[in-house]
Amino acid sequence: MNQGNDKYISRSKSVAARMLGGEMMIMSTWDSTLFSLNQTASVIWKAADGATPLRDIVEREIVANFEVDSETAYRDALELVEELAQHGILKIADEPHR
Amino acid sequence: MLRARYGAFAATPSAHSAVRIEVELTAPAAGPDDDLQVSFEGGCWMMRRGDFTARWDPVSGRGAVRQAAYPYAIDAVMRIIHSLMLARGGGFLLHSASAVRNGRAVLFSGVSGAGKTTISRLAPPDAILLTDEISYVRGIDGGYRAFGTPFAGELGIAGEDIAAPIGALYFLRKAGRSEVAPVDAPRAAARILRDVLFFARDAALADALFATVCDFLARVPVFELSFEAKPEVWDLVS
Repeated sequence: MNQGNDKYISRSKSVAARMLGGEMMIMSTWDSTLFSLNQTASVIWKAADGATPLRDIVEREIVANFEVDSETAYRDALELVEELAQHGILKIADEPHR
Repeated sequence: MLRARYGAFAATPSAHSAVRIEVELTAPAAGPDDDLQVSFEGGCWMMRRGDFTARWDPVSGRGAVRQAAYPYAIDAVMRIIHSLMLARGGGFLLHSASAVRNGRAVLFSGVSGAGKTTISRLAPPDAILLTDEISYVRGIDGGYRAFGTPFAGELGIAGEDIAAPIGALYFLRKAGRSEVAPVDAPRAAARILRDVLFFARDAALADALFATVCDFLARVPVFELSFEAKPEVWDLVS
């Protein structure tokens, strides 16, 4: 399903994550900044293993479970992971983690 | 000086003391406003600020401080050491006043100026003050207890050396009238983390602390207490 030129996302080792009150809470262990992820973001966060292409994650976790088309879901997911990467929560790579 | 400041908390040193710090007095090289650095080097926590350098071995509990002859340096060192001990042991230090009433502790959290000392001054006679500045919170037997601390704010007096199970946490906000409103756990997490004392940039300790804070918020009801500086505000405190 990977169409090439995809992204691979992995969780940063500098964060702590816990479910709290039904929300995924992510804390930077560097400066204690706290982020709350919505349902979609939580799904992507949990699937960020560094080995699965982002497009596969979107198809499997988002398109299969929510009423959204593939391209819209992928575009939104890419925007989300780039934002999370800016905060140091996720890492984005062009190659899978080995 | 330390006995006067710490009152009943100043124990006689013994071989069984969990923390034992030797203090060497020096002339201050700089003021206490210099940046604090806390790092783990060679099995010891190293603490440096303009007015002190300190070392503490978390295994033996032994350490040493070189500081000027005034209380703020040792106060800072004690807060750092206890924050490290608590992070590993299921607790935390919180910028908050706390008091025991009817067998339950209540915490009033907020930054400087939020009203910690004010609410402490308004406490009814049957409330026992644990602190008006830094609360000591520990998870014990599936619940959380607040302990008295010698860390005083504007009130200038140490808390009582007692502990009680925590009944509620209130985030303070000065207002024209007093009212209380519940705060859900995710919103409470964002606020409480601003008030938790944590000095070490250590991922494992930060992870442990975050787990403790989340567990605390799952067990302890949290409210926002908007309050007018009148004794009746205590009628809203459960």
